[in-house]
Amino acid sequence: MNLLYLIGLPVLTAAALLLARSKEQVRWISFAGSVAQLALALALYFAFRQERAAGNTAAMLFDQTWPLFKSLHINFHVGVDGISVAMILLTSFVVVSGVLVSLNIEKMTKEFYFLLILLSLGAYGFFISLDLFVLFFFLEIAVIPKYLLIGIWGSGKKEYSANKLALMLMGGSALVLVGLLGLYYASHGGTFDLMELSHLGIPADTQRILFPLLFVGFGVFTALFPLHTWVPDGHSSAPTAGSMFLAGISMKLGGYGCLRVAVFLLPVGAKEYANIIIVLSSIAILYGAFATMMQKDLKYINAYSSVSHVGFSLLGIGMLTHTALTGAVLQMVSHGLMTALFFAVIGMVYDRTHTRMVNDLGGLMKMMPFIGTIFFIVGLCSLGLPGLSGFVAEMTVFMGSWENADLFHRIATITACMSIVVTAVYILRAVGKVMMGPVTNPVYLTLKDANWNEKLAAVILLAGILAIGLAPFWLNDLVRPATETIAHQILQVTK
Amino acid sequence: MMEPGLYQILFISAALFFTGVYGFLTRRNLITMLMSVELILNSVNLNFIAFNKYLWPQKMDGLFFTLFVIAIAAAEAAVAIAIIINLYRSHNSIDVENAEDLKY
Amino acid sequence: MPSIATIALIPLLPFAGFVLLGIFGRTALKKPAGYLGTALMLASCILALYTAYGYFFDFGKIHGAYQKLVPFQMTWLEFSKDVSINIGFILDPLSAMMLVVVTFISLMVHIYSLSYMKGEERFGTYYAFLGLFTFSMLGLVLSSNIFQIYIFWELVGVSSFLLIGFYYDKPSAVAACKKAFIVTRFADLGFLIGILVLSYYGGTLDFGTLIARLTDPSSTQMQAAVNASFLGASALTWGAVLVFIGGAGKSAMFPLHIWLPDAMEGPTPVSALIHAATMVVAGVYLVARLFPVFAISVPGALHVVAYIGVVSAMIAAVIACTQTDIKRVLAYSTMSQIGFMMFALGVSGYGGEAGLGYSASLFHLFTHAMFKALLFLGAGSVIHFVHSNEMKDMGGLRKLMPVTHITFLIACLAIAGVPPFAGFFSKEEILLAASRGNTGIYYMALITSGLTAFYMFRLYFRIFWNKEAGHDAHHGKEGGFALLFPLVLLALCAAGAGFIPFGEYVSSDGTPLHSEFDPVFSIAPVALGVAGILLASWFYLRANDRADRVAASLKGLYTAAYNKFYIDELYLFITKKVLFNLVGRPAAWIDRNIVDGAVNLVGNETVAFSKLIKKLQSGKVQQYAIVFLGGVLVLAVLFIYIWH
Repeated sequence: MNLLYLIGLPVLTAAALLLARSKEQVRWISFAGSVAQLALALALYFAFRQERAAGNTAAMLFDQTWPLFKSLHINFHVGVDGISVAMILLTSFVVVSGVLVSLNIEKMTKEFYFLLILLSLGAYGFFISLDLFVLFFFLEIAVIPKYLLIGIWGSGKKEYSANKLALMLMGGSALVLVGLLGLYYASHGGTFDLMELSHLGIPADTQRILFPLLFVGFGVFTALFPLHTWVPDGHSSAPTAGSMFLAGISMKLGGYGCLRVAVFLLPVGAKEYANIIIVLSSIAILYGAFATMMQKDLKYINAYSSVSHVGFSLLGIGMLTHTALTGAVLQMVSHGLMTALFFAVIGMVYDRTHTRMVNDLGGLMKMMPFIGTIFFIVGLCSLGLPGLSGFVAEMTVFMGSWENADLFHRIATITACMSIVVTAVYILRAVGKVMMGPVTNPVYLTLKDANWNEKLAAVILLAGILAIGLAPFWLNDLVRPATETIAHQILQVTK
Repeated sequence: MMEPGLYQILFISAALFFTGVYGFLTRRNLITMLMSVELILNSVNLNFIAFNKYLWPQKMDGLFFTLFVIAIAAAEAAVAIAIIINLYRSHNSIDVENAEDLKY
Repeated sequence: MPSIATIALIPLLPFAGFVLLGIFGRTALKKPAGYLGTALMLASCILALYTAYGYFFDFGKIHGAYQKLVPFQMTWLEFSKDVSINIGFILDPLSAMMLVVVTFISLMVHIYSLSYMKGEERFGTYYAFLGLFTFSMLGLVLSSNIFQIYIFWELVGVSSFLLIGFYYDKPSAVAACKKAFIVTRFADLGFLIGILVLSYYGGTLDFGTLIARLTDPSSTQMQAAVNASFLGASALTWGAVLVFIGGAGKSAMFPLHIWLPDAMEGPTPVSALIHAATMVVAGVYLVARLFPVFAISVPGALHVVAYIGVVSAMIAAVIACTQTDIKRVLAYSTMSQIGFMMFALGVSGYGGEAGLGYSASLFHLFTHAMFKALLFLGAGSVIHFVHSNEMKDMGGLRKLMPVTHITFLIACLAIAGVPPFAGFFSKEEILLAASRGNTGIYYMALITSGLTAFYMFRLYFRIFWNKEAGHDAHHGKEGGFALLFPLVLLALCAAGAGFIPFGEYVSSDGTPLHSEFDPVFSIAPVALGVAGILLASWFYLRANDRADRVAASLKGLYTAAYNKFYIDELYLFITKKVLFNLVGRPAAWIDRNIVDGAVNLVGNETVAFSKLIKKLQSGKVQQYAIVFLGGVLVLAVLFIYIWH
C-alpha cells in the first residue's frame, strides 16, 4: 500500500474541483472524492491488518522516504502504525459525511468544497508524516481552511470566532514550532525524523523545557483546559460541515500530536508533567460537563461537551499506562465520530427550524423520527451507553487510569467518572427538550424528515459508532500494539 | 585653468545633496519633491564618479553604480509620477498634505 | 446440555425483534408488529424453559451440588492480559431461575399488550422497545463477567428510559424518564467505581475467578484487598458497598428510590414487566451474584445491605398506605417487597442452613415477580376500563370486571402472605431467616408485612368494593382474551408457585437446602396479615369516613407520608439549587468571563497597544524624512566618533 495515495487523492480531487464548471459537478466530484477516500482508508486498514497478520512487527508500516532538504536532513518520511490508521479511518468517515451534509450549500460552492478537501489533505498528511518538519507543514495546511470556512460560510459572530480560532491555533502552532526546532537542535545529529529522535535519548533537562512547549502547543488544538475557549465560539459559528471537521478531525490532530510527538519523544518530560496534565484534564472533564449543563444553544452544548469528552483522552494520556493510552486513542476516534454526527444532526435541525435554542424547540420527534432517533442515539453515545463507541473508550480510560494505585490518581479517576452522571443530565435535558415533549411551535408541524444525503451521512457515522461499540476488539487490536510502543518508552524511563 | 580636485567635487556634491534634502523637506508640491529626490540621487552619482576617478582610476565600479542609480531613478520617477497623477485625479491637487489620508 | 446456539437464541430472539421492529416498525411491520414480537418472545421463552429444565433436572447437578457452568465466552474488549471484558453466558441456579422469570413475565406482557396497546400510533416501536428490554435483561442475568453485567445494566436502564418516556409528548412522562435514568445513572457511578476497585484487587473481571480469589483468605489478591484501607474501611468493603449502591439504585432502595413511583408514567404493561418483576430486582440479582464475596469476605457490607433493605421496606410500606394513585401504591409496594429481598440477603450467611436467607430472598423474587406482575396487569385492566389512575374514580368494580377482580384478589392474598398463596411461603422463609439472623430486623419486617396486608387490601377494597363510582354497563366488557389470559395464567402461578421446593434448587452454595414448614413460627406473621386485612376492610369495605378521621388525627405523619417524606423535594433542592445554581451556573459564567475573558483580554490588549503606536505613522512624508535623516545623522556620528 503506497501511502502517497492518501495525499494524492485529495490533491487530485481539489484539482478536479478547480476545473469543475457547475455546482452540480462540484458536488459530485467532492462526493466521489470523499467516497474514494473512505475506500482508500478501508483498504489501508485491511492492508495494515494483513501485513501485521503476516508477522511484520515493525513499529511503522509502509514507510517511504524521499529527501526534501538534504543539507538540513529533512526528509519526506511517511509511515503508519495502528494509531495513525485509526485516525485516518476516522478522518475518512467524517469527510464523507461532512461532504454529504453540505450538499445544500449554495454560496461559493466550489470554494467551500475546495477548502474541505484541503483540510482533509492536511489531516491525512499529518497522520502519516514521520518527519516532524513535514508533520508541521501539514498541520498548518489544516488550520487555514478552518479560518475561511468559518469566516465565509459561518453564522452569528463569525468574524470574531474565525479570528479567535485562527489566532489561538496559530499560537499553538508557534509553540509547536519552537518545540520542534528545539528537538532538532537537541538531536545533535540534526534530524526531524520521529523514529530516529525516539531512539536518541534526549537529555532530561532538554525534555523538561521542550515537553510543555509541544504539549501545550498541540493541546490548544485539542482544547486543553484552559486554552479551550476557541471551541465553543468556533463550533457555534462554523457551518455544519465546518463544525464536523473541526471537532471530528482537527481536534484530533492535537491529541495525536500530544501522543505521538510530545509523549513519545519526551517520556521524561511526560512523566514529570503528567500530574499537571491529569489535574487540567480532570478539571476540563467535570467543569466542561457542568458548563454544558447551563448552555442554551445546541451547538454550544455540543462544543462544551466536546471539551469534557476530549478531557478523557488527555486524561488517558496523562495517566501514562498502556491501557489508558489505548483508551485515549479510542476516545479520540469515538469522540470524532460521535461529535461529528452530533453536529450533523444539529445542522439538520437548524436547517429546518432556523433556531438552535433548546428552549424554542420541542417535540420534533413526531415530525422527524429519523433525525430524532439519530439525535437520541448520538446523545446516548455521548453519555457512554454500552453498545456505542463512547462506552468502550471511556471504560478503557477508566480501567487504565485505575492501574495507578495512589490516591491522587484515584481521585482524578473518580472525578472523571462523576462526569458520566452530569453528562446524562445535560444530554437528557437536550433530548427531552428538543425531541420530546409537546410541539412548541405550530410551524414545526409541517417540517420534513431527513432527505437521502442527510440519512446517508448519518448512517455512515452511525456505522462507525456501532462498529466500535458492538465489536470494539478490532479497533482495540489495532491500537494496542501501537500504544504499547509509547508505553514502552515511558517504562524505560522508570527503569 | 586648474583641474578641479576631489575636494571640490565632493563639495559640490554635498551642496547638491543638502539642496535636495532641503527641497524634499520643505516643498509641498510632490513634483518638486520628486525633483529634490533626483538632486539627491545625482549628488550620489557625482560622488561615485569622483571617487572612482580619483581613488581607483583603473576600476569601473563607480561608473556601474552610477548607471544603476540612473536606471533606478528613471523607474522610480515613472512610478512616482504615476502615483502623483492618481493623487491628482482623486484630490485635484498634488499637495503632499493630501497624501496623508493614505495612512493605514 | 443444550447447545450454545440454544442459549444464545434466548436473548437474541428478542434482540432480533428489536432490530426488525426498530427499523420497520413504523412502516412495513406496523400491523404484524405485536404478533411478530410475541412469537419471538414465545420462542425465547420455550428455549429458556427448556434450558432451565435441563439445568435443574439433567446436567446442572454434579456430585449433589449445582455447578456454575460457563458454556460460552469470548473476549470483547481486552484491557490487559488478565483483565478483559468477556461476553459469555453463565448457567447456575440463579441465572436459570431468572431466565424463566424474565422470559415468562415478558411473554405475558407481550400477550397482554396486544390488547392493551392496540391502536397506539407507535405500536411497532413499543414492541421494539420491549424486545430491547428483554434482550438486555436476559443478557444481564446470563452475564459471566462483572463488566458484562454493567453493560447490560446500562442497557436495561436505557430501555426503561425509552418505555417510561413512551408517551413522549406528555411533559410528565419526559420528566419521569429523565429522572429514572439520571437517578439510576448516579447509582451506576457507584457500581462503576466498585467494579474498578474489585477488578483492580481481583486482577480479573471474570465472575468465577473474581469470587474465587476474593473469598479465599490465603490468596494474595484477597490479602491486598483487605489490607488496603481507605477512610477506615478495607478496599474490599468499599468495593462491595459501591457495587451495592449500583444495585440499590436499580432496585429503588432508600434513598435512591425516588424514580420508581414516577416511572409509573409509562404504559402499565411496561410497569408490570420492568418496574415490578424484572429490572427492579436486578439489584437483588447483583448482590446474589456476588453473594459469596459479601457473605464470606465483607460481612460489614452485608449489614449495609440488610439495613438499607429493611428501612426501604418499611418506609415504602408506610408511604403506600397513603397514596391514591393505584399504580403508585403498587410502585411503593414493589419497593417494599424488594426491600424484603434485600434484607433477606443481608441477614443470610453462606452455605448450608445459614444460607436460608439467600434462598428465601430469591424465592421471594420468584413469587413476587408472578403476583406483582399480576397486580400491575390487573391494575392496567382497571385503568383501561375507567380511564383513570385515581382511586376516587373507582369502586364497586367487582361485578363489572369479574375476572380481573378474582385474579387481583388472589394476587393481594399472595402479597399479604395468606396461606397457601405463593407470597406466604417466600415471606415466611424470609422472616425465619431474619429471626435467626437479626432480631431487630425481624421485628421491623414483621410490622412491615402487617402494613403490606393493610395497604394491599386498602387498594383492593377501594377498587372493587367501597362506593359505586358510577360506572355503568355502558363501559362494556372488561377486555378480550389477550388481556385476560395473562391474568389467569399469572393468577394460577401466584396461587401455586409457593409449593415449589425452592431451596432444593436455588441455594447459596449450590447444595440443596431443605426447608421445613414451621406452623408455630407462622402464627405471628399470618395473624398480623389477617389483622391488616380486617383493618383495611373496616376502613374501606363500605364507603365511610373512618379513614379520613384517622388520617386527620395522625395529621403530621399522614401528610409527611402522603408527600413521600419530602425526599423528592430534598433531591430537587440539591439538584436545582445546589448543582445548577451553585456549580453549573458559576462554571458556565467562569468559562465565559474569566477563562474566555483572559483570552479576549490578550486580544484586546494587543489591539490597544497597536492603536497606541500607530500614531507614529502620521502619513506626513516629510516628517518621516526628517526622522529618517536624523536617524542617519545620529548613526553616522555614532559610527564615526564612538564605535570606530
